[in-house]
Amino acid sequence: MVRKVLRSRYARVAVFIAVVAVVQLATRLAGKEFFLTQLTMAAYYTLVAAGLSLLMGYAGQISLGHAAFFAIGGYASGYLTTVDLSARKADALVAALARLHVLVPRTDLYGGEALSFHPWAAFVVAVVAALAVSFVIGVPVLKLKGHYLAMATLGFGTIVYSVLLASERLGAADGIGSVPPFPLLGGLSVGGGRAIRVANYYVAWGVVAAALLVLTNLVHSRVGRALRAIHGAEDAAASMGVDVARYKLRTFVLSAVLAAIGGAFLTHFNAGIGPGEAGVMKSVRYVAIVAVGGMGSLWGTIATSGVLSFLSLRGYFGTLDDAVFGGVLILVMLFSPEGVLRFDARGALAALRGRSSREVAE
Amino acid sequence: MSLELLFQYLVAGLTYGTIYAVVGVGFNIIYNTTGIINFAQGEFVMLGGMTAVTLHRVLPLPLAIAGAVLATMAAGAVVEVTCIRWLRKPSVLRMIIITIGVSIVIRELALVTWGESVRALPYFTGDEVTSLSVGGVHVSPQVLWSLGACVLIVGFLWFFFQHTSVGRQMRACAANRDAAALCGIATRNLVTLSFVLSAGIGALAGCVVSPITYTAYNVGTGLAIKGFTVAILGGLGSSMGAVGAGFLVGVLESFSVSMLPAAYKDAISVAVLLAILFLRPSGLFGSREAARLRAA
Repeated sequence: MVRKVLRSRYARVAVFIAVVAVVQLATRLAGKEFFLTQLTMAAYYTLVAAGLSLLMGYAGQISLGHAAFFAIGGYASGYLTTVDLSARKADALVAALARLHVLVPRTDLYGGEALSFHPWAAFVVAVVAALAVSFVIGVPVLKLKGHYLAMATLGFGTIVYSVLLASERLGAADGIGSVPPFPLLGGLSVGGGRAIRVANYYVAWGVVAAALLVLTNLVHSRVGRALRAIHGAEDAAASMGVDVARYKLRTFVLSAVLAAIGGAFLTHFNAGIGPGEAGVMKSVRYVAIVAVGGMGSLWGTIATSGVLSFLSLRGYFGTLDDAVFGGVLILVMLFSPEGVLRFDARGALAALRGRSSREVAE
Repeated sequence: MSLELLFQYLVAGLTYGTIYAVVGVGFNIIYNTTGIINFAQGEFVMLGGMTAVTLHRVLPLPLAIAGAVLATMAAGAVVEVTCIRWLRKPSVLRMIIITIGVSIVIRELALVTWGESVRALPYFTGDEVTSLSVGGVHVSPQVLWSLGACVLIVGFLWFFFQHTSVGRQMRACAANRDAAALCGIATRNLVTLSFVLSAGIGALAGCVVSPITYTAYNVGTGLAIKGFTVAILGGLGSSMGAVGAGFLVGVLESFSVSMLPAAYKDAISVAVLLAILFLRPSGLFGSREAARLRAA
């Protein structure tokens, strides 16, 4: 009975929230509350990994371009909340938006008056932008399989990266800075600063918990079963009446939107974003996190993402940061392709032994 | 645009095309024997160029290049033996992720070993201002070296696959791996050989073009994407197709620089890749299955 309750997905979310709280208390007791900054950032990266886990683990589609969606979300939020439209106040559209409070006045870096988009409006645009781009890219790309899909998504990622790097308007190599905080309900806001550090930590992981609830419900629904069928055998699923193309596309779009939300929040939290967030290496990292966590294991992905992102952000891997992710990727895929949580020591040993005996036979 | 300028762009495009063509051919060799796309292909080119630059400090140029090619071939063998050889029927997704991991590890090792600086071998004949006049247009002799190396590589591969026993075994392996194994061909060793071969030709190309294009620890990923574009464009499995497509992409890129900001140069080839994947995944030059059987 107790086991059954613990296995229910709501109980798991509750346990998750409890772990989040314990971690916060632990940092306070250890006097290392500054860890919370990196833990908060890790939460937003976890959002990308969670979406990608659904796409890779359940729908069986790889994406080497998810950092691009993260960047699209971040750049949309960052750009719209820092762009100054006060010079174009006379425009009918600008005036109308200002009257609707979509555009709000703020003081810029030099104390002048600037007219920019409200963070909420920018957030909506960011989500819609990711939705639109992932839809337009997803329709043709998801027709591809295997290597073709991997290369096409990698190519998409590099295009976004080089466009961001080449756009003066988006700050080129420097990216966008001085992004204002994102006011949520009741005086809470997503942004830097010691005073709101603990609150921000809970907001970030709360967003992850909400996403988890949505994703686990999805996985346990008709949609989830359809996705697993697609992963198992696409043709068989199609013959049973599963609309394969539509399910793949929806999963792709959902994971892209989650990535964009992560990007938008992190941009407000860090008060800026740079083109590095769209880089190929970032996309590979998300894939690595999903691979280590176990494809199709949302909880494994969340745990790995929290730990690996935090360690990486704190700089524990030093200059070997990317190498660690690459090495972990190889080791996990060689010895435990189902993820480290399902490491099969006997199977790995047998594979190694199988090699030696087979070589003797040859 | 004057005719002369046109020709200059063409020559620049052909130079870059050489390296794309060789990376594309490298993809094909491994794909034919294993069905794997090796995402670390571009890293072999980088390793070749960087090792040669280091060796050239103590060795004369031809020996440095030979040493770099051998070292990269050894690296190719190590990658295959440690990461691929002993896996039983790995899924495509698993192979993609493993080869990506390999490419990252090689790149980061290169970063630790050589740092971030951009390097180049000296020009093989003359220096950067030496030029031959071809029909009133100035061409660096290094361009001829690159084209020559490309011809040499393709010629060698043709001879190897058509006229040697091992080459024929590799083609048998490409046509039907199980049947080849039943005929007594040691297919596993041939897979290792395919990695060694494609690492070797990649390294050689990396050395020859390095005086013009330069090399740094992080050039591999870009080369892999372009090489893959070329391999697909030419029809996966067809080396001749890859060479043609390599020059096509190189020239296209070179002309794009004259019209668009240079930063978009990389985006051009990726756009070509996406367009080809969506419109004609079997490539420009014939059907994929037929190409796969032809092998070289």
